[in-house]
Amino acid sequence: MNAGGVPIEILLVEDNPGDARLTREALRDARVRNNLHVAPDGVEALAFLRRQGKHAGVPKPDLILLDLNLPKKDGREVLQDIKQDDQLRHIPVVILTTSQAERDIAESYRLRANAYVTKPVDLEQFLKVVQSIEHFWLEIVKLSKI
Amino acid sequence: MTAPPPSEPIDVLLIEDNADDAALTIRALQRTKLRNRVHHVPSGLEALAWLRREGRFSDAARPDLILLDLDLPGMDGRELLGVIKADEQLRHIPVVVVTGSKAEEDVLRSYRLHANAYVRKPINGAEFLEAVNSIERFWLQIVRLP
Repeated sequence: MNAGGVPIEILLVEDNPGDARLTREALRDARVRNNLHVAPDGVEALAFLRRQGKHAGVPKPDLILLDLNLPKKDGREVLQDIKQDDQLRHIPVVILTTSQAERDIAESYRLRANAYVTKPVDLEQFLKVVQSIEHFWLEIVKLSKI
Repeated sequence: MTAPPPSEPIDVLLIEDNADDAALTIRALQRTKLRNRVHHVPSGLEALAWLRREGRFSDAARPDLILLDLDLPGMDGRELLGVIKADEQLRHIPVVVVTGSKAEEDVLRSYRLHANAYVRKPINGAEFLEAVNSIERFWLQIVRLP
């Protein structure tokens, strides 16, 4: 696949620093080179994606991991904005959240989330889930490189 | 830990005109520990009739996941993807494109049409099996389906 190629750029939208750190650790051992960027709230995530302000020079992410419950701008709104934006909607968005509510699951898919994954509370399980996301999206899936 | 409660089987709709690829995919999915039922249709029109429960498909199971080839006889997979994702009753169902297409434009076009993931079929049999297994692990074991 692209083990030695151009790194995959991942944007993690996550307000919990502990979860962000764990995700970074899980991705560090990935077989596919990747750069993880973290936005701690929805407003900053969209500024990053649209390269506004201090984000002027950032790379365009190939994959977005999005928490639902975020400060400033909620993850559901961020998802909707991304999937209605012609410049952004092709980027896969994987929802990564503690919410197990059927309503959140159904609504996220309706808003065009590419996949919905719940965060396990257990540390080992959490790492396993992030590694599964990494394996599928970085090694198996063909991402759009534009 | 107690055994998990018996869960509802997961219905997978496989839309694939190549009999060998279909047989391989069905075998790989049936080998997994999760209860799933794979339903196979070889063309886009039959897939749509299945999804809309028309004609002889009036009792068809509503799929939890769709695996879609792009090059299909009659109604093309690209067209079918557009129809599914524009249909209020169907658009929440995750569609994983599994295709032999090497065209870069198919990747971007599929994501823009809201394919949930895009997987290129490896030509090598063992790698093909590995790809199907990865799809199974991620979509049937990690993801929360609607």
